[in-house]
Amino acid sequence: MSTRIFGSGIKRREDPRLITGGAKYTDDMALPGMLHMAMLRSPYAHAHIKHIDTATAQGMEGVVAVYTATDLSLGAVPCAWLVPNSDLKTPAHPPLAADKVRYVGDAVAIVIAEDRYLAQDAADTIHVEYEVLGAVVNPEEATQEGAPQLFDDVPNNIAFRWIASSGDEGVEKAFAEADVVVKDRIVQQRLLPTAMEPRAALAQWNSGTGEMTIWCTSQNPHIHRFILSGMLGLAEHKVRVIAPEVGGGFGSKIPVYADEALAAWASMKLNRPVKWAETRSENYLVTIHGRDHIEHVEMAATSDGTITAIRGTVYAGMGAYLSTAGPGIPTILHGLMYCGPYTIPHARCESIGVFTTTTPTDAYRGAGRPEAVFLMERLIDQVARKLNMDPVELRRKNLIPPFEDGYTIPLGLTYDSGNYEVALDKALAMIGYADFRKEQAEARKQGRYLGIGVTTYCEICGLGPSQVAGATGFQGGLWESTIIRVTPTGKVHAMIGASPHGQGEETTFAQLISDEIGIPVEDIEILHGDTGNTPMGWGTYGSRTTPVAGAALVLATRKIKEKARAMAAHLLEAAVEDIDYEDGKFFVKGSPDKFKTIQEATLMATLAWNMPEGMDPGMEASQFYDPPNFVYPFGTHIAIVEIEADTGIVHLKRYVAVDDCGPQINPVIVAGQIHGGIVQGVGQALFEGVVYDEHGQLLTGSMMDYAVPRAEAFPEFELDHTVTPSPHHPVGLKGVGETGTIASTPTVYNAVIDALQPFGIKTMEMPLTAARVWEAMQRRNGSANGSTNGVHEGS
Amino acid sequence: MRPGKFAYHRAETIDAALELLTNNEDAKVLAGGHSLIPALNLRLAQPEMLIDIGRLENLRGIQANGSLMIGALTTHAQIETSAAVQQYCRALSAAVSKVGDPMVRNRGTIGGNIAHADPASDPPTVLLACDSIIHLQGPDGTRTVPVQDFFLDLFTTDVQPNELVTGIEVPNMSDHKTAYAKLTHPASHYAVVGVCVAVKMDGDTCDHAHVAIGGALPKAMRSPGAEAALAGTTLDDAALNAAAEALMDEIRAEVMGDVYAPEAYRTAMAGVYLKRAIRQALAS
Repeated sequence: MSTRIFGSGIKRREDPRLITGGAKYTDDMALPGMLHMAMLRSPYAHAHIKHIDTATAQGMEGVVAVYTATDLSLGAVPCAWLVPNSDLKTPAHPPLAADKVRYVGDAVAIVIAEDRYLAQDAADTIHVEYEVLGAVVNPEEATQEGAPQLFDDVPNNIAFRWIASSGDEGVEKAFAEADVVVKDRIVQQRLLPTAMEPRAALAQWNSGTGEMTIWCTSQNPHIHRFILSGMLGLAEHKVRVIAPEVGGGFGSKIPVYADEALAAWASMKLNRPVKWAETRSENYLVTIHGRDHIEHVEMAATSDGTITAIRGTVYAGMGAYLSTAGPGIPTILHGLMYCGPYTIPHARCESIGVFTTTTPTDAYRGAGRPEAVFLMERLIDQVARKLNMDPVELRRKNLIPPFEDGYTIPLGLTYDSGNYEVALDKALAMIGYADFRKEQAEARKQGRYLGIGVTTYCEICGLGPSQVAGATGFQGGLWESTIIRVTPTGKVHAMIGASPHGQGEETTFAQLISDEIGIPVEDIEILHGDTGNTPMGWGTYGSRTTPVAGAALVLATRKIKEKARAMAAHLLEAAVEDIDYEDGKFFVKGSPDKFKTIQEATLMATLAWNMPEGMDPGMEASQFYDPPNFVYPFGTHIAIVEIEADTGIVHLKRYVAVDDCGPQINPVIVAGQIHGGIVQGVGQALFEGVVYDEHGQLLTGSMMDYAVPRAEAFPEFELDHTVTPSPHHPVGLKGVGETGTIASTPTVYNAVIDALQPFGIKTMEMPLTAARVWEAMQRRNGSANGSTNGVHEGS
Repeated sequence: MRPGKFAYHRAETIDAALELLTNNEDAKVLAGGHSLIPALNLRLAQPEMLIDIGRLENLRGIQANGSLMIGALTTHAQIETSAAVQQYCRALSAAVSKVGDPMVRNRGTIGGNIAHADPASDPPTVLLACDSIIHLQGPDGTRTVPVQDFFLDLFTTDVQPNELVTGIEVPNMSDHKTAYAKLTHPASHYAVVGVCVAVKMDGDTCDHAHVAIGGALPKAMRSPGAEAALAGTTLDDAALNAAAEALMDEIRAEVMGDVYAPEAYRTAMAGVYLKRAIRQALAS
């Protein structure tokens, strides 16, 4: 038997075109007669619009049209995650600000011109008279008395208040009876998703057919079609959304923004194609941001290290408007995961969504789970310190024991499968934990500061059962569907509704199909991203494409296989029950030399000259798949850092990650996902952080100021895995797109705090920049300079 | 990226470039474009005309003849890989190797760099420490300016509106030990602080030291205090500490702070990187 394609680290089939510049992105497209749109954006975080003068722009040569809010006939930008039982307020988000702007970057006018430079030139001439109002950028402060109010009908800027609890009485009791309670205030700083490709849209209205085609940077073209047809007032079957090559998203290309709707509306109005492509500055200013929590969290434990309760109050910055999935992130995807992989009996999360005069927030890689894992792993380290216990042993003591088919936590979720301690032990062995503690003690004597951080995590992904989607207020389903077509010569078109944009499913899904029916990978094409030729699906995010669309694909492929088996049986003049299959060949049991290949069976089914009775011609199958549960990948990450004593620079010396996403279709692609995830998570720990000034001006508005981590900051990652299949997925797969990001932030953070133990530092605000670490050390050394800069000393 | 509208002229000779400069008040000179083009894209600069001098081949190249004569259009990468520069002034090799990233070093030029006068750039600090001379040419002929008089303020130099930087003359520093130590901004890769030292040793004793700092102030500066603290010492820890203190005292009032590096941190790092630069120089 040949080497199994499932589990083989073949090269990504996407890469040649990406590496050689052969990929075609939205902004690479040009259509005859195409116009360009530029946006005039508010320079103020909060202001009344008194007057807009577009006369100069209107009169400029090459300018075709200038529109403001009063010109539009376009629906508001909807929020699509209406979290129930939270008193959710959904004030209208107009595509262009009418009377008020609510963040720097809020769009006020659009200019349509013959080229993008002219459009920008004209936008620069528009004069807007503003009456500037107070700004508020901190979500906790925004709820206080006297804070500037963004919306008249949203008192204290509170968009929602949501509670998940295992039972308040039990939580209270656990804290009252605890031997030890630790508390922390955690700031999950805002992050910029920084996809390599900024957003863009090209809209083409065909007045002859009444059809609208929109090419845009989308992680979920079917959701874009769904929402844009509503905003534009067009029937859904007359709207086609195409996500061509999409250069990363990390969540930022899930939402439907005003921009693509405006381009489409303008195209209808002017009956010419209209393109809009954001600059990097615009990308940082208006494309969604991630995280932005201020959390007050605490953990209760007994003196033997048993964690008895965890609770927290989260002020979650929503920005100026509710983005598409915004409210679901700090609630459903965060609070329900408060127990992590531990047997914590009591848990409560209160999440308060708050409007601030800032860019809207939404899902950013991990979306809610990184924040949950971070606060858990921070609190555990602090309990361990207080009890003078090894933080690893404290984790071990509280891990959920192995389970293969369901473990229900106090907050109601049922984890699918887990074997946490095995992953922990593997990671500990790789890093040499015991030896490190000796090395650390030696180093401290020499004035060198080494630290180790450990995270044992599990996370919820593979979103998800549609019934749960509905119950949690998500305004869509979360199933996937696929159509698999085998051509007469045995080549495969597999059309999926999900929309990969860098994750590599053109490779792994071909492997999945090939593994089931023996057609070689190079004969399989995975088609995605075009609502015109793919079946409905809800998109690529939440580490769901493999667990959900992948399941649909496997089941559809099995339908193909069974039809081919029946066809082969007919051709071999045998009963179907007597047909065996191996490596793409069907043969009568015991006679492997006399066989029909999948290709032969397909050809004969397609010619249909001689079909079995009752069988339709052709070789095609479709499959919908609504997952019965989420999937819960898990693992242990460990980092070792060294801190330069005189500069505070943190050097990441080693990074070990043992992840369990079930069986791996392609270990190289899995490693790539984990690598990228680790880098993004470490970015939050050490480098990245959005800074607004008190006027709501974005101070980190360019790559000159906002530090995305680079390769030079990282050691070679040391990866391994365990394999615990998901019991409910046809081949046991779990998601792996976000685990790296979820685990790596607390891992590196805890390592830094561990290194700083000689200085008594308990907690610091992220990112742990050299200056912050240095200041922390200085304060302990007694030469404090007055600034706290986010440093809090421990007791 | 969307620059405003501008006219573009490629100059075939220095005289043609100077004539265009003289006749067009609102013109900018384009060399490697790695400072100017981003400014255009962000519309921070909106000149009416760009005068591209990128093909003036006689402004490109390095001659070593008693001193180094580096043409204004010489790229950072060319300087970084020049054996002559390595021999005459190791700190300059080191500094240009830390400019930006490979793409910037392959396109960005030393002349454009100093004419732009970004306070956090690396080369000016080295040029200052090494008493370099800037060569300029205008409609009335050529002139030279000692680098100490060249940088006037943030993004401001002594280059007159109708002049071009044609070259940089760096003395032969091979009898000095030179080094450049840099704390790199993780986003921009500019210097949070960059310190260049050139020390002349007489046996175990420092005859004299040149110390310059960039990144901390609106322009790169020499540090007379640090230089005085080092001269005549064996560059032991006490001398290094004294020099660091002197440097910090000199910059403290004027030091720039930002989100990444507040004033106190930048000041302290000036001292740390001064010491690192001296130790690197001695080890070289």
